[in-house]
Amino acid sequence: MADLHEPEHNKMQLKGVLGWVEYRLPWVNLLKNSVGTNYPTPRNLNYWWNFGSLAGLALLIEIVTGVVLNMHYVPTAEGAFASVERIMRDVNFGWLIRYVHANGASVFFAVIYLHMFRSFYYGSYKNPRELVWWLGLIIFFLMIITAFTGYVLPWGQMSFWAATVITNLASAIPVVGTDIVQWLWGDFSVGGSLLGRFNSLHYALPVAIVGVAVIHMWALHEHRSNNPLGIEVKGPQDTLPFHPYFTAKDLVGVGVFLLVLAGLVFYAPNMLGEPDNYIPANPLKTPNHIVPEWYLLPFYAILRAVPDKLGGVIAMGGSIIILFVVPWLDTSKVRSAKFRPIYKQFFWLFVIDTLILGVVGANAPEGNWIIIGQLATFYYFFHFIVILPVVGWIESPKPLPDSISTSVLGNKKSAAEPAE
Amino acid sequence: MNPLAKILALAIMISLAASPALAAGGHEPEKNDWSFNGVLGSFDKPALRRGYQVYMEVCSFCHGVEFIAFRNLTEIGLTEDEAKAAAEAVQIEDGPDDNGLMFMRPGRLSDRMPSPFPNEAAARASNGGALPPDLSLITKARPFGPDYLFALLTGFEDPPEGVEISPGMSYNPFFSGQQIAMFSPLYDDAVFYEDGTVATLEQMAEDITQFLMWTAEPKLEDRKRMGLGVMIFLVILTGMFIAVKRRVWADIH
Repeated sequence: MADLHEPEHNKMQLKGVLGWVEYRLPWVNLLKNSVGTNYPTPRNLNYWWNFGSLAGLALLIEIVTGVVLNMHYVPTAEGAFASVERIMRDVNFGWLIRYVHANGASVFFAVIYLHMFRSFYYGSYKNPRELVWWLGLIIFFLMIITAFTGYVLPWGQMSFWAATVITNLASAIPVVGTDIVQWLWGDFSVGGSLLGRFNSLHYALPVAIVGVAVIHMWALHEHRSNNPLGIEVKGPQDTLPFHPYFTAKDLVGVGVFLLVLAGLVFYAPNMLGEPDNYIPANPLKTPNHIVPEWYLLPFYAILRAVPDKLGGVIAMGGSIIILFVVPWLDTSKVRSAKFRPIYKQFFWLFVIDTLILGVVGANAPEGNWIIIGQLATFYYFFHFIVILPVVGWIESPKPLPDSISTSVLGNKKSAAEPAE
Repeated sequence: MNPLAKILALAIMISLAASPALAAGGHEPEKNDWSFNGVLGSFDKPALRRGYQVYMEVCSFCHGVEFIAFRNLTEIGLTEDEAKAAAEAVQIEDGPDDNGLMFMRPGRLSDRMPSPFPNEAAARASNGGALPPDLSLITKARPFGPDYLFALLTGFEDPPEGVEISPGMSYNPFFSGQQIAMFSPLYDDAVFYEDGTVATLEQMAEDITQFLMWTAEPKLEDRKRMGLGVMIFLVILTGMFIAVKRRVWADIH
């Protein structure tokens, strides 16, 4: 293998047609510098760093299947439900495309959540990667809106009532609330008018997601990936070229990801969905329990934890907005939880808290679920507002290794020395 | 135990604890060993045909299967002539003709099977105010799907002491609220099976469940067959990816 650490100005020389194009549009060098042999990557990245590429793959799968579904979908209150059934029955492989799209959304969110928890554990959002984190959060927010509008499109019972519950949240806004809700609906009730605009948004927002994802990667490539040790790359001995090392590692993730997706699509395609959504929308009959898809349950639990409607909306919005401030709420200079004995415990408590919120969101707000939901919601904010800054102040981190290479390659002598 | 395993164990415990709450409404039905369950599951073809007979002779007077066309019936073992005959046995409204008038004509293979009532009001008027749901998707539109349907159809019983049943309603522990506006539609020998199968209540409930699983998920067999191939392919592909990764990284560690 040639020198793995070529200087950046060492441009690949190409001949013939490829060379002619490259001279005018250097796309081969762009690839080489962003995911190729000329992109130095910390050599110690573990499999938690796979979820970025998997999110990109999930987005691609959703867009391709979504474009095909939209060719057959009828965005009217009268035609939507039947058109989805036509896709399932009469469109060639329509059942496959729809199940991939529906379960793909679930897998996409699972990947994004693991990607975010990775960031929490290894402090990836810290200086100088705050804007990488922000751009990721914008993608996450766009994904939520896209997933919600998509959930409405089949126009089943859950679609209709989820749309009703969520759009009605805007009515909590003082004075102009009702006007805003009617503006959202384009009507005086949830109906075909809302469905049409949700269909349009569901198609448009993924384009925005692609755009923000490109900027997310642009920002990432400036200071490059964080790593499990959370320490800076000090030289070429700390890195490996992205290709072939991390392309090979990412492919292993791709294989596992596709196995999980295929397992859902072929053997449990409706497991993550609600049976009620196979009942056509009926404005006169409210389902017993209105629930969102599993990936929005924690936010739904936070919304319902506050007895006041406006308060609930503020809490739910706040639960996402607060994530933007995390790089400054976390006062520890040490990135990786590996060297933060106290934070590490609280990290896992936070993971458990989000799981509890998810379970609360799936249950009707009655009995003990109310108080559990309120405690879990309180803890969610407590984690960010109190625990993150305080732990950063009081914790004495374990000594950091000198460099990635000494840590990975087992130079025990220098790795044992405490960092300054 | 490492933290990840702990989290996983906790998540499983929580979801197990939460699942009975999700099933609120009726009693939880018993799990049955359906032929269409499992990785290699497929429909029981003779049962599908018998189930179609039960639908036509019992259910279809109140319930439609609006997403099923007569041409689909060849998928459950009817010959094309039999499906054609089934279509021609019903009158379908068509038109307008050259004079702008609607007219009735015998059904064709491409027609959907007509629902028993022209609209919801007519359906309610004939059923004491209750609306018999369309059955095309019923096994996917209820928690526990086919197990629920079988339990419901075989679960009609006399109300327990102290339970008041409204006029026109029946007691069924599996129905949400335990009161259902349908009388037990099946009873022993409600139909006569030409293939010699004895038409017990359980047999008919099993057959109609097979049929309605098919109406809800007609591509189930295609899906499972393709899934097996895809999974085998992906296991091999992932194995190759792992081998490539090891090979590439061999000189690094």
